[in-house]
Amino acid sequence: MGYEIAVCVKQVPDTENLTGEAMKEDGTVNRAALPAIVNPEDLNALEMALALKDEHGGRVTVVSMGPPKAADALRECLFRGADRAVLLTDVRFAASDTLATSYALSCAIRKLGEPDLVLCGRQAIDGDTAQIGPQLAEKLGLPQFTYVEEVRDVGPDGIVVKRGLEGGYEVVRGPLPALLTVTSSANDPRPPSAKRLMRCKKARAACELGEDGRDAAVAGLRERGLLIEHWGVDEIEADEEACGGSGSPTRVKNIDSVRLHSEEHKVVEPTTEGLTGLVEELMNEHIFD
Amino acid sequence: MQEEPKDVCVFAEVEDGKVAEVSLELVHKARDLAEPLGGRVGAFLLGDVVLPLADELFAHGCEKVCVAEDPALGRYTTLPYADVLARMIREQSPAIVLFGATPLGRDLAPRIASGLRVGLTADCTDLRIGPHRDLIRRKDYPALLYQIRPAFGGNIIATIVNPETRPQMATVREGVMKMGAPEPGRRGEVVRFDGSVDESLLCVEVLEEHRAPRTVNLKKANVIVAGGAGVGSRENFALIRQLAEVLGGEVGASRAAVDAGLIDKAHQVGQTGTTVRPKLYVACGISGAVQHRAGMQDAGKIVAINTDPHAPIFQVAHYGIVGDLNQVIPALIDTYKQHAR
Repeated sequence: MGYEIAVCVKQVPDTENLTGEAMKEDGTVNRAALPAIVNPEDLNALEMALALKDEHGGRVTVVSMGPPKAADALRECLFRGADRAVLLTDVRFAASDTLATSYALSCAIRKLGEPDLVLCGRQAIDGDTAQIGPQLAEKLGLPQFTYVEEVRDVGPDGIVVKRGLEGGYEVVRGPLPALLTVTSSANDPRPPSAKRLMRCKKARAACELGEDGRDAAVAGLRERGLLIEHWGVDEIEADEEACGGSGSPTRVKNIDSVRLHSEEHKVVEPTTEGLTGLVEELMNEHIFD
Repeated sequence: MQEEPKDVCVFAEVEDGKVAEVSLELVHKARDLAEPLGGRVGAFLLGDVVLPLADELFAHGCEKVCVAEDPALGRYTTLPYADVLARMIREQSPAIVLFGATPLGRDLAPRIASGLRVGLTADCTDLRIGPHRDLIRRKDYPALLYQIRPAFGGNIIATIVNPETRPQMATVREGVMKMGAPEPGRRGEVVRFDGSVDESLLCVEVLEEHRAPRTVNLKKANVIVAGGAGVGSRENFALIRQLAEVLGGEVGASRAAVDAGLIDKAHQVGQTGTTVRPKLYVACGISGAVQHRAGMQDAGKIVAINTDPHAPIFQVAHYGIVGDLNQVIPALIDTYKQHAR
């Protein structure tokens, strides 16, 4: 049968693995020092897409909206088996909140044609909102399935998925085309394959190439299937006002770094004496009443 | 000229035939927010037969409950709820709409926000009304909703505002806002809405539903003994259980422990688990990642047990014990039992 699947991926700073180097002297995170990775749950979404392609055939296209270096994230997806990559980058996308981002993504996905499935990771580890998936589904007019852990069945009648809920799960059926957001419990993403890495490490987007001979280079890459498409506001026929800061109803008013230094605690020795003192103090405070 | 929206409304999620606790917590918060705005507190209640639930919403402080009833709304699927609720919100024009950050809320709220083209902030840990100056537009806003939440993996606290779009929308996890006491007999206004939807929106069918009943009630616990990845194994969690039992408390866990399969997610404390405020919180083998601390830092007294003297948990602890929980916990149990006589 074969399904056209679009997977949205985001390049994010690795906020989950903070080492000493990532911390500044004042106890705050040095964001610029964090390595850039593909958002973890986007890899789960990609894995789900690749598994569907393995079983049913079809094509997997990855799309990422970000600065030019997001092409690295797209290459990571090509190394794992994605067939095609699209980089949405344009200075006019800067300062986008989830509404403006989902708008741009919806325009890009429309330009790709009408995929049978759009997959997103549930949530990104920098914004932590989990809003892009549902907002993108709304803009594309697609039914949405969030918290997907498993695709139980897919066919001409539609798709059946298992959704992980707090303290349980449900199994739902709906029509295609549809949008799924995928959680980390869905699968173990496959690593890059050596063969695909060797081939696709040469993949480039036009904006990554030097100006001299760019057109020829682009043509060459396209011919070898190694061109990462580079689309901006105009290519996706987006309304400029609905993109970037002007298309973003939310504003960040304030950011406070969470500091990892605070008041002293009382040191309790793990001896009978120490623990007795602790228990007595807690009892005096009527903790156990 | 259209009047400035002032009302603060809550999406009343229905769980097991009752209004979900998180929604009631948000009604109490809505009352705090409505006061400086001079608006009314309202609720949006959708379902098959849900009108009787309006009484509880009035009891907790809603002045108005907007009700939409239809068999198609008996079980939640996105499209019918999004359609009906968006219609209700457009008609009512509130200043603010709050949702519990439950799986349902996090599925529905962004879809609504997208359709209404408004801003939404998820998982807020605090909400306040305050002024805002937009330097670019050179405009002053006297009373915006400050949507405060951690971001960047919990390493920053951001305050988000939606200056121009209405309603301002936010989702909040259960236990973050405090529940208040209901006043039964309090009355309010019921506004009825047509709950019927176009058949094309009924395209998703729930085939199976598995809900594990809530066996753990961390929110109401006076004492919580929590284990982290340092506990090491599922079997070793018995130590945590023993201490919890002796102290008359509940068993909690860090996300690391849950992810490692040491204990069920129902016990998870933290930003993506439950927010707790017990009188005593004993953190055993928990490093103290920001997201965990966000869920327990308001505990009355915090005791931390960890072999690593530099573990971040010691920074929120009132009492710190550097030691191996496998020795400290049995010793603590003995000491307590001797004193409890």
